[in-house]
Amino acid sequence: MFIESFEPSMLVAILPEIALLLLAGIVVACDAIWKPDQKRWLGWITAGGLMAVLVLSLLVARPGDEARLLFGGMLRNDWFAFAFKLLFLFGAAVTALFAIDVKEIGQKGEFYALMLVSTLGMNLMASAADIIMLYLAIETTSIPLYILAGFMTRDEKSTEAGFKYLLFGAATSTIMLYGFSLLYGFSGTTNLYMLAEGFYSADFPILAEIGSFILVIIGFGFKISAVPLHFWAPDVYEGAPTPITGFLSTASKAAGFAVLLRVILAVFTPIVASDWASVLATMAVLTMTVGNLLALAQKNIKRMLAFSSIAHAGYILIGVVALSQLGVASMVFYLVAYLITNLAAFGAVVIFWQVTGSDEIASYAGLSRRSPGLALAMMVAFLSLAGMPPLAGFVAKVFVFAAAVQADYIWLAVVGVLNSIIGLYYYLTVLKVIYLFRSEDEEKPFTVSRPNQIALTVLTIGIVLVGTLFGPWYNLAEKIAGTILGSS
Amino acid sequence: MQFPILSVIVLAPILIGMIILLIPKERKNEVRVTALAAATLALLLSTWVYFGYNQAVGGYQFVEQYDWLPRLGISYFVAVDGMNAPLVLLTGIVMFTGVLISWGLDDRPREFFAFLFILASGVFGVFVAQDLFMLFFFYEIAVFPMYLLIAIWGWIKTREYAAMKLTLYLFIGSVISLVGGLAMYFKAGMGTFDMLALARYDFPSEFQVFWFPFVFFGFAILGGIFPFHNWSPDGHVAAPTAVSMFHAGVLMKLGAFAALRVGIMLLPEGAKYWQPLIMGLATVNVVYGAFIAMVQTDFKYVIGFSSVSHMGLVMLGFSTLTPEGLTGAGIQMFSHGVMTALFFAVVGMVYDRAHTREINELGGFSKKMPWVAIAFIIGGLVSMGMPGLSGFVAEFPIFMGVWKVAPLVAIIAAISIVITAAYIIRIIGKVFFGAMPEQFEHHISDVTALDKVALVLLCGIMIAIGVYPMIMSPLVASGVEHILSLVGGA
Repeated sequence: MFIESFEPSMLVAILPEIALLLLAGIVVACDAIWKPDQKRWLGWITAGGLMAVLVLSLLVARPGDEARLLFGGMLRNDWFAFAFKLLFLFGAAVTALFAIDVKEIGQKGEFYALMLVSTLGMNLMASAADIIMLYLAIETTSIPLYILAGFMTRDEKSTEAGFKYLLFGAATSTIMLYGFSLLYGFSGTTNLYMLAEGFYSADFPILAEIGSFILVIIGFGFKISAVPLHFWAPDVYEGAPTPITGFLSTASKAAGFAVLLRVILAVFTPIVASDWASVLATMAVLTMTVGNLLALAQKNIKRMLAFSSIAHAGYILIGVVALSQLGVASMVFYLVAYLITNLAAFGAVVIFWQVTGSDEIASYAGLSRRSPGLALAMMVAFLSLAGMPPLAGFVAKVFVFAAAVQADYIWLAVVGVLNSIIGLYYYLTVLKVIYLFRSEDEEKPFTVSRPNQIALTVLTIGIVLVGTLFGPWYNLAEKIAGTILGSS
Repeated sequence: MQFPILSVIVLAPILIGMIILLIPKERKNEVRVTALAAATLALLLSTWVYFGYNQAVGGYQFVEQYDWLPRLGISYFVAVDGMNAPLVLLTGIVMFTGVLISWGLDDRPREFFAFLFILASGVFGVFVAQDLFMLFFFYEIAVFPMYLLIAIWGWIKTREYAAMKLTLYLFIGSVISLVGGLAMYFKAGMGTFDMLALARYDFPSEFQVFWFPFVFFGFAILGGIFPFHNWSPDGHVAAPTAVSMFHAGVLMKLGAFAALRVGIMLLPEGAKYWQPLIMGLATVNVVYGAFIAMVQTDFKYVIGFSSVSHMGLVMLGFSTLTPEGLTGAGIQMFSHGVMTALFFAVVGMVYDRAHTREINELGGFSKKMPWVAIAFIIGGLVSMGMPGLSGFVAEFPIFMGVWKVAPLVAIIAAISIVITAAYIIRIIGKVFFGAMPEQFEHHISDVTALDKVALVLLCGIMIAIGVYPMIMSPLVASGVEHILSLVGGA
């Protein structure tokens, strides 16, 4: 592929990133100027600004049908990257809306600024085409997230979460970096799309190739919380401020999958296509099974959703195993469905926590009488996570399993569907508490603030729309998949 | 363009369910009226479809096909033939009578009717689906509202357990079949989920033999086939009346129907290979179900197990793969649906007044509730296969078909008729006649006018088909002919 050196027109391709940086600056400036009673607007500005960036990108920064390597091969401007960027922008906007009314974080400018910088990092992750750029992007994403996870400094669990996340993140990122150095050493280039040539042509021992594959996968496995690199997730998810948990489990995970896909497709396809697909398959099986089984035992809803999100990473990995057009398209589709669904689930948890101050599943008793609307939204989100039609989760699961069947991994599809039964059990258990159990607090008022209402309504409608009118979404997912499939 | 009647039937309930959710929760009467209006609409439209189906022309009618996801060959494709037209009508009837009977429900009727209608949409959708993906889509829509309906409004002692058991059983079945469905899709390699096209594709024998059990039993779990019937009596008993009616009356047919449509129709060679096993299991269903029903002391469990027994007859009819057997099974699905809806309605009416279902503690109810008693007796006669009623029209061809294939099985299965007579007569004697226990003497009142409308409607249909089978038999036979021509058998 042809590498283009810098020319000013390329700036259009990173317009979303530039706008994000500007937005972060505006938020910090407003935070410094405004009086305390005006600071509630910070969240609105962030959310509105992100949506504006999203619309602006859609209007102006659309990539051409031909993928291009820009800035001397640092970034690849293609539909794959662009679609993930939109996804991150949307996820961040929704997270900002959910954060507005949360005590200790909702009215602090640095909170939103950090989140915007992290989103900027994710955007670069999705489009990075050079391992140095990739590493920088991953760190730009992660470091603000470490801080955000430990943002509630007066809460022990939150500080523990931040620190734990930092330690795990730093450790795996070093391992990954070592893998990158091997890649560079063997091929003599840092560009992902040039790497494969040198990497496989010379007579290196197969062990070296596989070794660098494993080291790199460890780094990405941490980001997507795949077993056995999942240990950080439950504690961090539980301790972090809930809006950030939602952000971590959706946007950050989607970013992890984006780089995983790009790197595997650009560099490691030969390795995966040989025997290593079964290793990835084992990883997928372990990830969904461990996630689901441990979710069964949880009493805290954030921990339960943490394990559930590990399980979902397992389902998505099925697409990597298949590594076909359907496989990649189904992963993209799954990530979209999963992002809106899980944001809705965590959003509902945020709202409930604001009113009651509790995250215990048992305290959700009587919610359907107290706030029928919130109960309904939670039902939609949880059933979508369980994979029930007519919601987004159902179609996503069918596509992923279809990819497995098509690639002759029928056993993997069977393990997947059996896992979704375990999933259904614990999601239904929560719905049971919400709809069936009575509680003494039933008569107490339950108010949902305006930004939360907006965010939750948008997400709920989105879940139903993606689940019923899935045609256009799938076509888009396939187009996106096409832009990184045919390139290596 | 012709009026999209099937789409209205399928989608109207779910949309009206959403509208019902928007009504303020204090306005219970508005909720009920809206629900009844919707159910009436569904009944009228399904009657229209049933009688509007032109037998002389045959094949698929009221066809509507829209692209859903053309890239993968998924389309929204609905049509009726002789096989599913009666089932659409059945669903309309059960939905209508179910709403009538639930009029008095006072705990969150808004959510109740909304979930019930989502369920109804799922059921209608499966019956008319001609696209495999669409069938799974609606099949699972029908599964999950069941959980909440039973868990929230069910019988307090067993509802949580029964609801979870039922949901997991059905979900396991549907996802296992789903994998089978995907395997068929990729094996055929035509890039379409259209079942008619898949039925014409000649799958290799080994493929059919391997996948048939997954697909067939995955669906047949919902049809209550032995040894996977276990969820069904528990589910029936725990469910509130209208849901039991829906459940035994319509949902079990959903499983049987899908097992026929996807299992037998798409994998006919597999069906032939596994025929002895299915026939054996179905016979166990029929006989064992009847015996277990006989020894129950709880009124509702008797009916629950009688459903297992009668659904066994449907499976038995399928397993013959003969025109007679399949036609009988088709009519039995309808007849049993109406009959069991009636039974559960009666059980509900008795329980609401007596607050017990122990057969030995009840008695003399015919004096206080004559309509209910008469309705139950009619239903009982249908259940025994008495000529002049719909049960006979259904069961006779099934036994004919079985006789042609395996006479011994026909003799064994026929035992069930005797046992059925025994448990039905026992209930009639104990519950409706004899002396009424003291404690009921003064506060048992007759059922409401709405309940009577439901009972009369259900009884009338069973009598009509029994007296004049021509309104159903030829229709189902034409549907069977179509299926058999596709599978190239018999």
